[in-house]
Amino acid sequence: MKHLLSINDLNQSEAISILDTAVELARVSDAPMKKLPTLRGRTIVNLFAEDSTRTRISFEAAAKRLSADVINFSSKGSSVSKGESLKDTAQTLQAMGADAVIIRHQASGAPHRLASSQWMSGTVINAGDGTHEHPSQALLDAYTLRKHLMQGSNNLQGLHVAIVGDILHSRVARSNVLLLSKLGATVTVVAPPTLLPVGIQSWPAKVSYDFDDVIPQADAIMMLRVQSERMNELFFPNAREYSRYFGLNTDRVKRMKKDSIIMHPGPMNRGLEITADVADSARSVIVEQVSNGVSVRMAILYTLLTGEGIESGALA
Amino acid sequence: MSKNYFISGGTLDDGSKKDLFISEGKISGFENPTNSGTEVIDASGKIILPGLVDLHTHLREPGKEDSETVLSASRAGAKGGFTALSAMPNTSPVADTAGVVEQVFRLGIEAGLCDVFPIGAVTNNLGGSELSEIGAMADSAARVRIFSDDGHCVSNPAVMRRALEYVKKFDGVIAQHAQDPDLTVNAQMNEGIISSVLGLKGWPAVAEEAIIARDVLLTDHVQSRLHVCHVTTAGGVEIIRWAKARGINVTAEVTPHHLLLTDELAASYDPVYKVNPPLRTEKDVHALREALAEGIIDIVATDHAPHPAESKECEWQEAAFGMLGLETALSIVALTMVETKLLDWKGVAERFSRTPARIGRYSLQGGHFKVGEMGNLTVIDPRASWRVDRDLVASRSRNTPFHGMELPGVISETFFNGVPTLQKAALVPYANVDGRS
Repeated sequence: MKHLLSINDLNQSEAISILDTAVELARVSDAPMKKLPTLRGRTIVNLFAEDSTRTRISFEAAAKRLSADVINFSSKGSSVSKGESLKDTAQTLQAMGADAVIIRHQASGAPHRLASSQWMSGTVINAGDGTHEHPSQALLDAYTLRKHLMQGSNNLQGLHVAIVGDILHSRVARSNVLLLSKLGATVTVVAPPTLLPVGIQSWPAKVSYDFDDVIPQADAIMMLRVQSERMNELFFPNAREYSRYFGLNTDRVKRMKKDSIIMHPGPMNRGLEITADVADSARSVIVEQVSNGVSVRMAILYTLLTGEGIESGALA
Repeated sequence: MSKNYFISGGTLDDGSKKDLFISEGKISGFENPTNSGTEVIDASGKIILPGLVDLHTHLREPGKEDSETVLSASRAGAKGGFTALSAMPNTSPVADTAGVVEQVFRLGIEAGLCDVFPIGAVTNNLGGSELSEIGAMADSAARVRIFSDDGHCVSNPAVMRRALEYVKKFDGVIAQHAQDPDLTVNAQMNEGIISSVLGLKGWPAVAEEAIIARDVLLTDHVQSRLHVCHVTTAGGVEIIRWAKARGINVTAEVTPHHLLLTDELAASYDPVYKVNPPLRTEKDVHALREALAEGIIDIVATDHAPHPAESKECEWQEAAFGMLGLETALSIVALTMVETKLLDWKGVAERFSRTPARIGRYSLQGGHFKVGEMGNLTVIDPRASWRVDRDLVASRSRNTPFHGMELPGVISETFFNGVPTLQKAALVPYANVDGRS
């Protein structure tokens, strides 16, 4: 595996290996000296054509803990008319000797273009592309689910996860549906019909329009951010009505299964898809998702750039 | 004094074996009068078609000469077996006045490799609101009969109605790019299973079908003539079938790429597969092939759309829509329609020469190999094959989705007005100079 562009690039054992590697690497993050020499001398570029402080610093921390040299390259606006083209950027990075490029881009498929064109030869890691995929987010979500709900098992067999919100535009949803189902979980996507893509019947997921129906069955509820620009595109009448049917509030939390957890990839719209007290409640693992993100991204970089994962217990 | 040619040993599209003697630009007989100035062309084993007629070509001149010119498109046309191209008006400036259509018409004559018939814009600057000077274009030296806002849909039904009515004055036709704009804002590819996975905004089939349905009803109401550009969906075929059964004067075209390629190619995110209307599903491809065989879809048209490299070497959503078509069109039709036995060569001649000539009212094109007709014909070796190489195209652009494919049918000769523009599969240098003599 050279690139990570989509969850489809991973088979089940490769996905599990990344999660196992992340468990080992989490020990590094917990140690007083938070550093491994693994990627010393390697150059990793954070190419962020779209704003995302959270994902960028998560990857940056991961790369630095593995001793890589990190260059941050943010180029807002990518079209030919707006400035430098993706091709020119890629050739520049190639000329500077980038071993890996972590790319966040507003255009679906931009990481594929980098990886499949002859513009550069390094490893490409998709850090979120348009409305396509966000594989590192799905891996950290799977890691979080496994840690909380699957003691003693290396997969997600038997788990029921509900993903709620703007499925149509969500790269987090696309990657999570693919990964969680690959690891054995049952996934139900919950949204108003306007926010589900035509063609969703081909996805390895169940579909529901009724959040209240799904709540008591789910072991984990993953809430998605509703982008403010959707408000004016006729997907739902207004924010109040959206919250009434698809927002997670204390009344709905009371109907959740015992020991079930609440997740959100962030950033949250408190009061829209999730109320503040729910976001900060004991069931919420939202902050932990962020810290798990660093370990999982270390595991991704480790695996792609050394060509292998770390066996369980090797760093104990 | 032009040269004489004797094409011997070939089989005409209807299956009859006939030699053709060409002199003074015309088909003059079926025997070689053996005068010394005659060049003999051996067509044994080959099929002779009336010269291909394209009703949908983007020649890009004036204004976008970095991607194509009338001359370079004419050369690509000659290589592809065409003797007539129809220039879509989305140039810069837009062909919405007599001045611009006459300019394009004149450039075609200067190139001299095929007829170049300008298509006029329906509305000023393709804006969709005011009728352009349709009458002046019809009366100009270019004698425009086809009007289209191609690239844009004439989406306002009142404007479409008036345009359909207005062109009745001179037996014109409105060629509609059927795409409801409100249903396709920022649309990138066919809306369906593949778009849902790729996260690319969908271009739903209904956005095409709703306009076709509306337009056939408008055409019926005002008793005019409608041509539907690049039909891509099985549902669109059904509406046209219904309209024809009802006696509505509608014709329709399909592009070679929609007869072969599907939306699954978008999974590469390579914008060489980005085209408007988009590649659809396998089911649509089969419905289109059958409709073309049956005659529900009347013709093949290329929608040849050259773009410079930078418009395709980028992210999918930033890339321009469109693909090259002229040089591969006949081979794609051979692959999808002849090798599948859906059409014989007579059917190909009807769909790709005679019927488009009738729709465009191009009276000197789409002949039947009769004495006195202009010498417009194409010689193809149906048993030979060739490999598409984007670096060897005659077009100024390289955006062919067929690069690397092995295709059946090698075009060896194209004759335009009795002069070869392509001979032994190579463009004839200075054919245009001879052609004007």
